[in-house]
Amino acid sequence: MISVQEQDFNQQVEYERLRCQSSIGAIVTFTGLVRDINDGHTVSDLSLEHYPGMTEKCLVDIVEKAKVRWNIIASTVIHRVGHLTINDQIVFVGIASQHRGDAFAACEFIMDYLKTEAPFWKKETMEGGETKWVDARESDQKTLSKWAL
Amino acid sequence: MITVLFFAKLSEQLGVRSLQVEWRQAQDTDQLFQYLTEYKAEWAVTLTSQPCLKAVNQAMVNNNIALKEGDEVAFFPPVTGG
Repeated sequence: MISVQEQDFNQQVEYERLRCQSSIGAIVTFTGLVRDINDGHTVSDLSLEHYPGMTEKCLVDIVEKAKVRWNIIASTVIHRVGHLTINDQIVFVGIASQHRGDAFAACEFIMDYLKTEAPFWKKETMEGGETKWVDARESDQKTLSKWAL
Repeated sequence: MITVLFFAKLSEQLGVRSLQVEWRQAQDTDQLFQYLTEYKAEWAVTLTSQPCLKAVNQAMVNNNIALKEGDEVAFFPPVTGG
């Protein structure tokens, strides 16, 4: 299941949705949150823009790439857009597999690719009301090299 | 016509989210980019002074590719989701 949405999500509901088959032996989930400090400045709010249509295609494509490499019985990727505040949930990736190794690897792979390929952009509002578009991190791009075949 | 979309910081700086360009002005992505840098006085600086990614029909493209009537081309900064 892939969803780009404004509304919040519920971990337990998503977990239960993944726990759907008797062959599943492992579920790994990741949740990304809005952090209060980024690059040394205090953040009060975040707004997330995306490219409707391309975003969904891109997330489907990333999950498909993961399915080629690992056993994935069920998967969920949820990414929120719009206005978010400190500690809000931004992103959820959940992978159900036969074994934990596949679930851990696929979950991390999907997050790493999502961070560098999916067309989302964060704009922070800092304390005092000033706004700033978040710059992409070179380290995120470098992280991808570990998945090279 | 080619539909051109801009996102995030780039769209804010250019002051526009989308525009239509005649295909004869933009037969490939390099030609389109060149056309855009000449579209308004300040656009050249905005478009060339920062990393700018592109997608054609909602798929990321690195090199110059041919465009056809009705294509959608988007320009945007490196992504920062997750």
